[in-house]
Amino acid sequence: MEALVASALGLLTAAGTYLMLRLRTFPMIVGLTLLSYAVNVFIFAAGRLVTGMPPIITKDAIGYADPLPQALVLTAIVISFGMTAVIVMMALGAFLEAGDDRADMTEGDGQADKPSGGGGAP
Amino acid sequence: MMSHWIIAPVMLPAVVGALIVLLMRNDLMLQRVFSLGATIVLAAISLAMLYAATVHPPEVYFLGNWPAPFGIVLVLDRLSALMVALTAFLALCVQLYVIGTDWDARGRHFHALFQFQLMGISGAFLTGDAFNLFVFFEVLLIASYGLMIHGGGKNRLRAGVQYVAFNLLGSSLFLFGLGTLYAVTGTLNIADLAVKAQVLPEGDAALFRVAVVMLFLVFAIKGALVPLQFWLPGTYANAPGPVAALFAVMTKVGAYAVIRFGVMVVPATTPATGGLVADMVLPAGLLTLVLGALGVLGAGTLSRLAAFAAVASMGTLFIAISGFTPAATSAALYYMVHSTLAGAALFLIVDLVIDRRAHDGLHAALPPIAQSGLIAGLFLASAIASAGMPPLSGFIGKLLVLDALRDQAGLVWPVILGTSLIVILGFARAGSTVFWKAHASAPLEAPRHPPEALSFVAVGALLAGLTVLTVFAGPVTAWMDATAASLHDPAAYIAANNLQKAR
Repeated sequence: MEALVASALGLLTAAGTYLMLRLRTFPMIVGLTLLSYAVNVFIFAAGRLVTGMPPIITKDAIGYADPLPQALVLTAIVISFGMTAVIVMMALGAFLEAGDDRADMTEGDGQADKPSGGGGAP
Repeated sequence: MMSHWIIAPVMLPAVVGALIVLLMRNDLMLQRVFSLGATIVLAAISLAMLYAATVHPPEVYFLGNWPAPFGIVLVLDRLSALMVALTAFLALCVQLYVIGTDWDARGRHFHALFQFQLMGISGAFLTGDAFNLFVFFEVLLIASYGLMIHGGGKNRLRAGVQYVAFNLLGSSLFLFGLGTLYAVTGTLNIADLAVKAQVLPEGDAALFRVAVVMLFLVFAIKGALVPLQFWLPGTYANAPGPVAALFAVMTKVGAYAVIRFGVMVVPATTPATGGLVADMVLPAGLLTLVLGALGVLGAGTLSRLAAFAAVASMGTLFIAISGFTPAATSAALYYMVHSTLAGAALFLIVDLVIDRRAHDGLHAALPPIAQSGLIAGLFLASAIASAGMPPLSGFIGKLLVLDALRDQAGLVWPVILGTSLIVILGFARAGSTVFWKAHASAPLEAPRHPPEALSFVAVGALLAGLTVLTVFAGPVTAWMDATAASLHDPAAYIAANNLQKAR
C-alpha cells in the first residue's frame, strides 16, 4: 500500500507541477487542483498508513489510526475548494476583461497606465 | 491579564465584516462608520494587549478549553502583541486614507474584505498552533485576493490571477511541510514543537530538516525573499494604492513567522537542524536587498519603485533576522515596525501622485500636480525613511542592524551601505522627475484636484508614527531587547501552554 500511495502522490504532484507551468489559466487551475489532491493524500499519509484500526480509544484495540490528520485534511479540502472557486472566478474576470486567458503579463502590462499621447493597445 | 480578550482581535473583525456584508451592503456611509469604529476598537484592544504583554508573562487562550497540545491555542506574548498593535495602527491610517479618497466607492465590499483581512492578520500573529497559522494565512490571503482586484481593470485582474496562483502554490507547499512536520514530531503546537525539536531522535533528523526547509520556503514566499520575490512587484504595483499600503504588513507576516520558528522552534542549538535556517536566510536576504535596490533605481513607474522599496526593506529585515542573536532579533523587530510604516506611507503618497497625474511613469516629466508642494514634502520624508537616511527611524534601524551583525561586517556592511546609496539615487531620480522637472513644462491651466484633507491626515499619521519611533528610539529598543530576550529563551512561552502528556 505504501508504494501505491507514494507513487500516486508523486504522479499527482508531477502532473500538477507540469500543468502549473503552462501559460494559460485553465491548465494552471487544473494543475493547482491536482496539487491540492496530492496534498490531501499526503496529509492523510502523515498519520501513518494503517488499515482496519479504530481512531477512538477502546479497551481491546491493538493499535490506532491517527484521527488528527483526518481533521487536518478536512480543513485543507475546504480551504483548497474555496480557493479554487476564487481563482476560477478571477481567471474568468481576467479572461472577459482582456479577451485571452494568458497567465503571464507582457512587457508594459505592469505599468498602471500608458504614457499620455502614446496611448494605444498593448 | 487579558483572558477572553485575547480572541477579540480575531472575533471583532470577523463579526463586523459579516455584518457589513449582510446588513449594510448598499450603504457606504454605514459601512464606513462601522468599519472605522471596529478598527478603532481593535486599536484600543491591541494597546491594552500590548500593555498586558509588557507587564505580564505570555498568556494562553485555550480554544474550547481543550488542553494544549491537543487543542488549538492563541498565545499573547510581547511579539504577537506588538504585531497586532502595529497592524491595527496601520489599518486605521489606511482606512482613513480610503475614506478620504473614496477608494471604497470604486468597487463593492471594500470594508467587509478589509475587516476579514484584519481578522486573518491578527489571527496569524496570535495563534500558537502551526496548522492554525496556515488557516489564518488562508483567511488573510482570500481577503487580500478580493482587495487586490478592488476597482477592477485588465492589468489588475491579470496580476491578481498570478498572485492567487502563486499563493495557492505556496499554500500547497505549506501543507506538505506541515504534514511532514506532524509525521516527524506528532504535534503542531508551536510550544510543543519547540520542546520536541530539541529531543528529536537522530533517525528523524533528516525528515525534520526537510519539513523545516519547506516551511521556511513558504515564509520566504510570504516575505518576498529572493528567489521567491517575483510575485511582489507586479502585485503591489497593480494593487490599489491603499491596499498595497495594507499589504506592507502582510509581507511582515512572513518575517514574523521566520522569527517565531527560527528563533523559538529551531534555534541554532537544535541538534537536528543546527545553523540550517541562518545559512538559508542570510544569502537570500542579501540578494533580496540588492535586487530591491536595483529595482528602485531602475523602476519605470512610481508604483513599481514603491514595490521594489518594499522588497529592499524585506531584504534588510531578513538580514537582521538571520543573525539569530538577541541583539539581531531586537534590531529586526525595530526595523520591522519602521519598514511597515515607511512602506505604507510611501504607497499612499504614490497613490496621491497617481491620482493627480496622467500616468505614473518616470520616463517623462508632466506638468505640476495639485498640492504639489505638500506631496513633494511628504515624498521627501518617506524617501528619507525608506532609504535609511538621518534623521528618521530608517537610519536608526539600519544602524541597529549593522551593529548587531558586527561579526559578519565584511559581508553585510558593504551590501547594506552600498544598497542604501543606490536606493537614495533611485528616490532622488524619481522625486526630481515627478516634482522638479514638472515645473519646467509649463502647465496649460492650474491643476485642480479636491484637497481631500483626510488622506493627508492618514499619511501624516504614518509619518508621525515614524517620528515617534525615532524620538523614543531609546525606550522602544529597550522594549525590543526584552522581547528578543523572551523569544530566545522561550521557557515562559512554553510554560504558559501548560503542555499535557499524551496518555
